[in-house]
Amino acid sequence: MNDVIAIYAVVALLAVPLGAYIANAVGERRGRLDTLFGVIETPIYRLSGLRPDHAMSWQAYAMAIVKLHGALIVFAWLLFMGQGLLPLNPDAIPGMPWDTALHTAVSFATNTNQQHYSGQAQLSHLSQTLAIVTLQFVTPATGAAVLIAIARTLLKKRADGALGVGNYYHDMTRLVVRVLLPLAAAVALMLTWQGVPASYQASHQVEMLDPQVEEVQSVPLGPVASMVAIKQLGTNGGGWFGPNSSVPLENPTPLANVIETASIMLIPVALLVAIALIANRRRLMVGIGAVMLAFSLVSTSAVVMSERMPNAALTGLYQTDAGLQGNLEGKELRFGTDLSALWGSWTTQTSNGSVNAMHDSFNPLGGMMLLMDMFVNVTFGGIGVGLIGFLLYLMLAAFIGSLMVGRAPELFGKPLETREMRWISLAILAQPLVILGLTALTVALPGLAQTSNAGFHGLSQVLYEFTSAFANNGSGFEGLGDDTPWWNLTCVVALLVGRFVPMLVPLAVAGWLVTKRSAPSGRGTLAMDSAAFMGLTAGVIVIVNLLGFLPALVLGPIGEAVTSGTGF
Amino acid sequence: MSKREFNLVGQAVKGLAPTQLARNPVMMVVAIGTLVCFVMTPIGFAEGEGGGFALTIALLLLATLLFATGAEALAESRGKAQAGALRQTKSALTARRLSADGQLENVAATELRRGDRVQVEAGELIPADGDIVKGAASINESAVTGESAPVLREAGTDNSGVSAGTKVLSDTLVIEVSANPGESLLDRMIALVEGASRQKTPSELALSVLLAMLTLVFLLVVVTLVPMASFVGVETSTVMLVALLICLIPTTIGGLLPAIGIAGMSRAMRANLVAKSGKAVEIAGSIDTLLLDKTGTITLGDRRATDFAACQRVRFEPLRDVAFLSSLDDPTPEGRSIVTLASAKGVDVQLGEEADGATFIAFSAETRLSGVDLTSGKQLRKGAPNAIAAWVAAQGGVVPGDFDALVARISRDGATPIAVAEGQTLLGVIALSDVIKEGIAEKFLELRALGIKTVMITGDNPITASAIAATAGVDDYIAEATPERKLALIREEQASGRLVAMVGDGTNDAPALAQADLGLAMNSGTQAAREAANMVDLDSDPGKLISAVEIGKQLLVTRGALTTFSLANDVAKYFVILPALFAASVPALGMLDVMNLHSPTSAVLAAVVFNALIIPALIPFALRGVSVKVASATELLRRNLLIYGVGGLLLPFPMIKLFDTLIAPFV
Repeated sequence: MNDVIAIYAVVALLAVPLGAYIANAVGERRGRLDTLFGVIETPIYRLSGLRPDHAMSWQAYAMAIVKLHGALIVFAWLLFMGQGLLPLNPDAIPGMPWDTALHTAVSFATNTNQQHYSGQAQLSHLSQTLAIVTLQFVTPATGAAVLIAIARTLLKKRADGALGVGNYYHDMTRLVVRVLLPLAAAVALMLTWQGVPASYQASHQVEMLDPQVEEVQSVPLGPVASMVAIKQLGTNGGGWFGPNSSVPLENPTPLANVIETASIMLIPVALLVAIALIANRRRLMVGIGAVMLAFSLVSTSAVVMSERMPNAALTGLYQTDAGLQGNLEGKELRFGTDLSALWGSWTTQTSNGSVNAMHDSFNPLGGMMLLMDMFVNVTFGGIGVGLIGFLLYLMLAAFIGSLMVGRAPELFGKPLETREMRWISLAILAQPLVILGLTALTVALPGLAQTSNAGFHGLSQVLYEFTSAFANNGSGFEGLGDDTPWWNLTCVVALLVGRFVPMLVPLAVAGWLVTKRSAPSGRGTLAMDSAAFMGLTAGVIVIVNLLGFLPALVLGPIGEAVTSGTGF
Repeated sequence: MSKREFNLVGQAVKGLAPTQLARNPVMMVVAIGTLVCFVMTPIGFAEGEGGGFALTIALLLLATLLFATGAEALAESRGKAQAGALRQTKSALTARRLSADGQLENVAATELRRGDRVQVEAGELIPADGDIVKGAASINESAVTGESAPVLREAGTDNSGVSAGTKVLSDTLVIEVSANPGESLLDRMIALVEGASRQKTPSELALSVLLAMLTLVFLLVVVTLVPMASFVGVETSTVMLVALLICLIPTTIGGLLPAIGIAGMSRAMRANLVAKSGKAVEIAGSIDTLLLDKTGTITLGDRRATDFAACQRVRFEPLRDVAFLSSLDDPTPEGRSIVTLASAKGVDVQLGEEADGATFIAFSAETRLSGVDLTSGKQLRKGAPNAIAAWVAAQGGVVPGDFDALVARISRDGATPIAVAEGQTLLGVIALSDVIKEGIAEKFLELRALGIKTVMITGDNPITASAIAATAGVDDYIAEATPERKLALIREEQASGRLVAMVGDGTNDAPALAQADLGLAMNSGTQAAREAANMVDLDSDPGKLISAVEIGKQLLVTRGALTTFSLANDVAKYFVILPALFAASVPALGMLDVMNLHSPTSAVLAAVVFNALIIPALIPFALRGVSVKVASATELLRRNLLIYGVGGLLLPFPMIKLFDTLIAPFV
């Protein structure tokens, strides 16, 4: 338990200076950082012909995102299918089937990194470094860019609507060059130091000490450390190797585990600090941070408690007094239950999706908490999109809250009218529509979809898969055989809707509101940074998600728990 | 059953028409659910299982629907009764219409068109809303306002507006009709409370979108539940699923939403405020800045003499006596108040005889003084200090050295100085003070607590204005205001994002009334003012703006509170229905039944009964409105969250348990 608390503390300590740095790096004031990073940025702008000071309307901003991501998806899709013919493929890995390649391209372009393939076996070094790693940098930068665009227009007091919401390419480039690249480089070096491979060599063939199983084992290599760094930092989660960070090659030591765990949470928390500074809304961000922290502590402690309980399937097979306590099935013994539970809950809270243990083997109630983290998806959440998602709920709370203080609905003093509410409602509706709709369709068409398990756990697996896709998380209940056209294509739908609708609707609302009148706040207006309003927002988040998903949870993890024999 | 109640039931049943239900998606889903249960009834009976249950649920859902349509019908009938009482007198009126050639013809009031001119004699009722174009008369407006004291209405002034049904007590008037039949203020107000033709207000529309979204979410939840349940081997009953759906969708707020809107309009009408649109009532709740005319709103209409201040080397008595004599023939309220004050200060009433046969010199805007020339040759004058000083100088007199200081002191105290002179001698100054209305300072305190900024508008000089502003407790004031300055001020406040309300009655107020987010015109005001405004006060009381704000806030708070309550209720309903739905196939799930209910059937029935009965139980809230007693927004939010959020979360548990206990013997 102490190590869990210590890792929370490490993140809190590092996030404050990092947040201040991000605010400085992407803020409007020119400073020394511009001179320093201008060396890299100016040639980028010149080569691409982009004008970074050209302000975009929210529509143009959104369009730029859609165009760039469309192009990247097509590029990655073609690269994955054609990698067999391309260089940097020492292990002679063939091209991917079209549907797996499409799913993989979309999955990485949506910051999800849901993997229906096994990394080291199905992707060449070229695919990993050129397509995967590029997307792992571009997508978190995009999330943060949209967040900053919203902060500039919606959160900032006296924002000037005539200037648009900012310039996407400018925001994105600066986030990649000034924040993600230096940070990833630092973490990559630390991981290399801890023993994570950083090489372009082909697999090593190693003779086994105990040759009973296999005579020779093939140990796959690659520039792993650099990818793992951004995988952890960028709420990406897609590992170089199939078993992700549970395999020693990706996560070799206790220190590496601390670095990787802290990296999951670092930027999402730092962004709260950055936005507080950029928009000058400290009290609001402290309030939002408090709600997020409360959710995080509830979820993490629940998962930690759940995993300390024995696995129902193993009851009576070993003695608990033999030092083997808790549910160790599917976990690395070197991490134990607490650190696996911490990683599991953080990776689902932040939409990261990397794992150091198998979520499929968590106790039912532990697995349920992971699902709930992904339903909520704003417990710090993915880079940028976590806070954007929180703002979406905040808009709903502001609507109800304004009414309850006797004012026509407004958000930060700007009127929330039917057009805004229609889109906010749509963005909230999208989640149950996609997750419940696709889950129901999948279990209703067993011939088409093929599920791996029957009963409550089987339903949990299907639900988890679509929830993970919609939440842009990427982790899985890995017992599911998911590399089929059905899974690949339905997940593509969930990935795209889950990424772009909840991210772009708040941007649109910010774009609409910035041109409207803005009532100064006073005694008669809803205090968005008050404890009462934060309580309302937290209540809205809990109620919306509970009401939408409780029946599914009852038929999945809760059903499994109450019938398991142990009750959890 | 009385006729009125019978009508109400009739209206409620009429509300079930598909065209009516289509306006309200939440209730539409309930109606479809009802039909499904009715269809399931014979199937259930044929299969020998669940027929009675289906029928009971169907009837309960029908009751839910009728409660919702009944709430709307009740609100509508009460609103109409109020409006109806106001216009009762109007129906049988006849009018004498002036034709183009000046002839009079008798026509029914219903035939009058906008722009027609009618002549009304003393003792007659005014046949239509309009504007006096010729004449002045005292009018009894009790039919409209309930206030029987006659009021003066005059052509060409800011008090030229008259309403249909009011009675001319004196003189003859020519009135230009301002509205076609069916378009008068009251007709418009009635349209606002009539469910069928009622336009949804902006925030009501946005809330409807939200409720439709929630309904869709729950529809999805219930529909997708079927394949998921069957995948894990759980059989689901259609009727139970319908019950679950209806319990989850926001039927409470969905059912009461129209009634809340109508009740808001009727509350405005009960305060004799006629809104031209529902939006006007709603916007009143969000007002940030109130522009209030000093006269009539903050102070009683007239200034009164409160003090005589003599110049140095002048004794008090001559000042008092001259003030008295010069005011005896002065018909203005100020003049009369000087006489009253002089009498109170011990003037010899016999002195009045000196004024016999005197020539009265009336006040004019050019001379800015008035007075009398006595038969004895004495010239007594009173008026604006600089005008009197100039007059004294012209008579060859000398203005005393302390005169300016005296005038300044009185102005600083918020009073208007009236200088008094007799021939060459400047005697002193009368202080005319505004009398601040009783209780108005407390009102402003309340408004400040609600976060509303008040701005006093007055034609007074800045010194007087600031003194009155300080005494009355307004936040700001505009002195020497002109209609242009009012308009500019409104634009300025709006540019900083505030919603502005103002009161006016004159034609020159019309642009400002139109520009303001909430323009409240006095019914006695000119036609132009009444048209530019979006609300008209039949009592012509500018202080009504404060009531308008309260009514608007109440309307919005009621919607927000009941939405929160409706959603919070769902949590308990899940704990009732989910175990009931699955317990048969998966007995272990019975542990979710935290209330330990009698049986799945009784549990679901109890939840549906609660869901239905909560609508009529909350009708009083919807009609009366949730209280918005003076509190800051944060306090209001905290209180409403506690009552309607936490309360809404907890209340269903004991209630459903109670209903379950009552139902248990019958299942």
